[in-house]
Amino acid sequence: MSVELLATFATGIALLIGAVFTLVGAIGLLKFDDSMTRLHAPTKVGTVGVGSLLLASVFHSLALGEHSYHELLIMAFLFVTAPISANFIAKVNIHKQSCQVPPAPPSDDTWSTLDVPEADRVAFEDKAG
Amino acid sequence: MTAALRWIMPHPFLTLILTIVWTLLQNDISAGMVVFGLILGIIIPWSTSIWWPDTPKSFKLGKMFTYSLIVMWDIMVANVQVAWIVLTRPNSKLRPAWVIVPLELRQPEAITILAGTITLTPGTVSADLSDEGHSLLVHALDTDDPDAVRDEIKHRYERRLKEIFA
Repeated sequence: MSVELLATFATGIALLIGAVFTLVGAIGLLKFDDSMTRLHAPTKVGTVGVGSLLLASVFHSLALGEHSYHELLIMAFLFVTAPISANFIAKVNIHKQSCQVPPAPPSDDTWSTLDVPEADRVAFEDKAG
Repeated sequence: MTAALRWIMPHPFLTLILTIVWTLLQNDISAGMVVFGLILGIIIPWSTSIWWPDTPKSFKLGKMFTYSLIVMWDIMVANVQVAWIVLTRPNSKLRPAWVIVPLELRQPEAITILAGTITLTPGTVSADLSDEGHSLLVHALDTDDPDAVRDEIKHRYERRLKEIFA
């Protein structure tokens, strides 16, 4: 069996795995009914779904006899940035109180998102109410 | 000698990473590009070093490598578990929970890596840090025992990160 054939099969399998996980992520985004649980679905797509599609791209370039490693960079940047966007969405959820209020931390006063000056808190509640 | 080296390269790992990123961006390894990457890798950390006053005192690259492998494996295993939950579990049977992880780590870099790891591993999202930075708020998608999730995070990730940054 030649290398090209093997790489083609690997491309197909990687594409399939990536597509399945992306689909599951989309289903999860639609299915869950709470803003916090909903946040879990896209973070999954970001890792294995996109990672597998990028792996397919690497295999494809191998099958064509070219070597392409750009995809590793995309994956690295994605892994660095995905948690930050998830963290920001979670912070917004806590701020807007669209989820269960988290229990107080054991050793410190409060969570940093809830740690706003009194004046701002009143203004925010006026706007929300 | 070391002082001069320290002045030229305040963040040796950043220099290394920038060189690798530059070479990968070119998508082609040639001596000229590696040298140019090295020049960028020295100039950028040097010119931005006043905004990075603290560097981690020690950083074990070998342990970091095994840590990344463990995290990769966990991401794959947990992805399948979460996919199964998404497809088979009705919303009413879902048991989301807040998990509080008391932190023993103190370095900002280490806490950032821990929070990133928790978010990348499916089923848990790190949501917030307490105002003094002594505990981490984690949201778990489906768990019957929040304490077990906390212990696993502490044992599996935080213990290793402590060794890396010790």
